[in-house]
Amino acid sequence: MNSIFDIAGSGMAAQSVRINTVASNLANAQSAASSVNQVYRARHPVFAAMHANALADINGANPWTQASGDPWASAPTQGEDGQGVQVLGITESQAPLDRRFEPGHPLADKDGYVYYPNVNVVEQMADMISASRSFQINVELLQSAKTMSQRLLSLGQ
Amino acid sequence: MTTISFQSALGIHEPAMYLRSRRAEVLSNNLANADTPNFKARDVDFAALLDQATAAQRTDTARATHTRHLSLGDGEPNGDLLYRTPTQPSIDGNTVEEHLEMARFAKNSQDFEASLYFLNSKFNGLKNAIRGEV
Repeated sequence: MNSIFDIAGSGMAAQSVRINTVASNLANAQSAASSVNQVYRARHPVFAAMHANALADINGANPWTQASGDPWASAPTQGEDGQGVQVLGITESQAPLDRRFEPGHPLADKDGYVYYPNVNVVEQMADMISASRSFQINVELLQSAKTMSQRLLSLGQ
Repeated sequence: MTTISFQSALGIHEPAMYLRSRRAEVLSNNLANADTPNFKARDVDFAALLDQATAAQRTDTARATHTRHLSLGDGEPNGDLLYRTPTQPSIDGNTVEEHLEMARFAKNSQDFEASLYFLNSKFNGLKNAIRGEV
């Protein structure tokens, strides 16, 4: 029963990381830059399930603690009991950047182009709603678990 | 002369409540991973596990009379987690359906309350028997 608190807590932590990245993306949606390398790119967290055996490993031999290049490649092993969700890392979107011809812009390069981030504002708004709904579900889980343990404590009285 | 044993006094409700709290953990893990790609929703077969738990109670009369006898288990059911068959699987390989999992979690909480109610009644009955009042 007590692990429900940890599980719901990990869910809330993961969803708040997601809302943080959405906030960062929306705030920087119009942050211009004068070259491809300097421009902001949309960020997304990568979620993975946590397992009881993964928690036992503290030396970093567990591949899930090192966010490598392609975290989607290997699926997590699901033999053990789940222990919640974790954020493996934050990836940057590879979508094409927005290059605009604005010679009067102070950040324009020598050809008169300015680079804008590849943030899709509509997608970010939908992601924000999804994240806040999932956060809400975890809060409700926590409340139910709290009620159940309180009732259990008063057993036999 | 028979002694009062908690196992026979509480009957099926003790393993039932243990299994309900375990199932709540499994369902809450599903809900926490509702946005995890490639996560497969899990659940336990409650009826089968409860049957296993009460079968362990029923065979409790067999005792190990020698140190090399095999034990019959501690009667605590630890069944395998099964995978859920989704009605609408999503494109990222996740099979958690939040609304269904939430409904199951709510039902499970209510069943947990029911087990608590029965256990409370059992304890009240025992108290009354000890006091000799009605």
